[in-house]
Amino acid sequence: MGHPIFARKKSHSEPGPGDAGKTGSWRVRRPIIDLAICIPAKTNSMACFNCWLYCPDGVITRTIPPTIDYTYCKGCEICAEECPVDAIRMVEETELIKKEL
Amino acid sequence: MHCIESGNVAAAYGVKLARAQVIAAYPITPQTPLTEKLSEFVDGGEMQAEYIPVESEHSALAVCIAASSTGVRAFTATSANGLLYMSEQVHWAAGARLPIVMCVVNRGVGAPWTIWNDHQDSISQRDAGWIQVYACDHQQIIDTVIQAFYLAEAVSIPVMVCYDGYLLSHTYMPFDIPEAAQVDHFLPPFKPAYALDPSQPANLNTVTLPDIRPDIRGDLAPGYMEIRHNLHTDLRQAIENVAEIDARFKDTFGRGGCPHVEPYRSDDADFIAVCLGSLSYQLRDVADILRDEGLKTGVCGIRLYRPFPDEAVVDALAKAKGIVVFEKALSYGNQGALCGDIKAALYHSKQRPFVRNYIVGLGGREIKTADLLAAFRASCAQTDDETDTPQWIGLNL
Repeated sequence: MGHPIFARKKSHSEPGPGDAGKTGSWRVRRPIIDLAICIPAKTNSMACFNCWLYCPDGVITRTIPPTIDYTYCKGCEICAEECPVDAIRMVEETELIKKEL
Repeated sequence: MHCIESGNVAAAYGVKLARAQVIAAYPITPQTPLTEKLSEFVDGGEMQAEYIPVESEHSALAVCIAASSTGVRAFTATSANGLLYMSEQVHWAAGARLPIVMCVVNRGVGAPWTIWNDHQDSISQRDAGWIQVYACDHQQIIDTVIQAFYLAEAVSIPVMVCYDGYLLSHTYMPFDIPEAAQVDHFLPPFKPAYALDPSQPANLNTVTLPDIRPDIRGDLAPGYMEIRHNLHTDLRQAIENVAEIDARFKDTFGRGGCPHVEPYRSDDADFIAVCLGSLSYQLRDVADILRDEGLKTGVCGIRLYRPFPDEAVVDALAKAKGIVVFEKALSYGNQGALCGDIKAALYHSKQRPFVRNYIVGLGGREIKTADLLAAFRASCAQTDDETDTPQWIGLNL
């Protein structure tokens, strides 16, 4: 991509997952979807998907059930804010890490 | 074709001949007649360009940044507080390596309000990563604008063409308008290093982290520090590009020969006056008078200010006994910015002339040739004065 002379002198890159590194490590709190409440999961229909629509990083899938790619999710909480049925809970990463230990 | 016109019109003809494709500018005194002339050219069909009116200088340069990113030749112009209002975008254009050309019609910066000439506006942007060239008359304005596009595109760095408000922008002077065919030969259409293309989506200048990181293909991409280092290296290299382009221009148009500094009677001079812009032509009268008095004096106008042409400066100045730097700008709390640069350049030379600094003409205060003469003469006589404090000419305290 770009002119051979200036290719590495400018900041340009191909868009795609991971262009900003593995940004999941930035996350302080992790969004966890409660599938018993989540509309598409609960009704088994392609409905709602507010989390997918509003996720600024595009790491939530438009699937039944929706999934979150924690490798890149920065934990911005927008999905939790936008979920109309409060199915997304934010859990402290430190709590989760303690449990994993 | 020879004509008698204002400096702003000279700049406008340069932009027209360079076939700029996008012009976005916000009017500000004393730049206004330049962009008015360009809008006339576009409106009258004399120039095939998109003229985009904007609501501010910040937007003007933002439009040029967007246009240049898509691979077209972009131009803007401003002065004083307008330049400061676009300052964020000024830095951006350099970091993004976009070959935009901008005329800065030099004017003092408020507060208090002034619309008159000094150099504080462009000097305040000297560390933004742009190339800065200062023109001394109308012929240099039109010639420099044409060369600026070639230079900017050759090194992928934006160029500011600076010229004195009113003293040049609004005065009428004869100059030659080069033939369009010759300019087309000198300056072929812009072939961008990279152009935005919807069929090939790209991220431009996205956030970098302190360290370098792999791109999505796993290749290490240059980070902030690498990109900035490259800008600096290429700016230093541009000193040579400027000389080459000047030589090419001279071959085609017969004008030029002083790409970095413009000396006048300075070869054998004991004392050399140094400055930016049209002041250097006024100082030629002073040097002539002092020569008649028996003092070997000369003048050295600095044409290329960023990147700073250290070697040319040392070649021109190091043999003298004394250097007197006259400046229409100040690094407040220190000294004239140019004076500091001159001292730094001379630090490593074996013979180091004394360097004295005068601040003149801020906010358009009249610079009287008699005052310059008295200051220059006094500096030649008082060679043991070690003071680093700039002296002010024309103050009424």
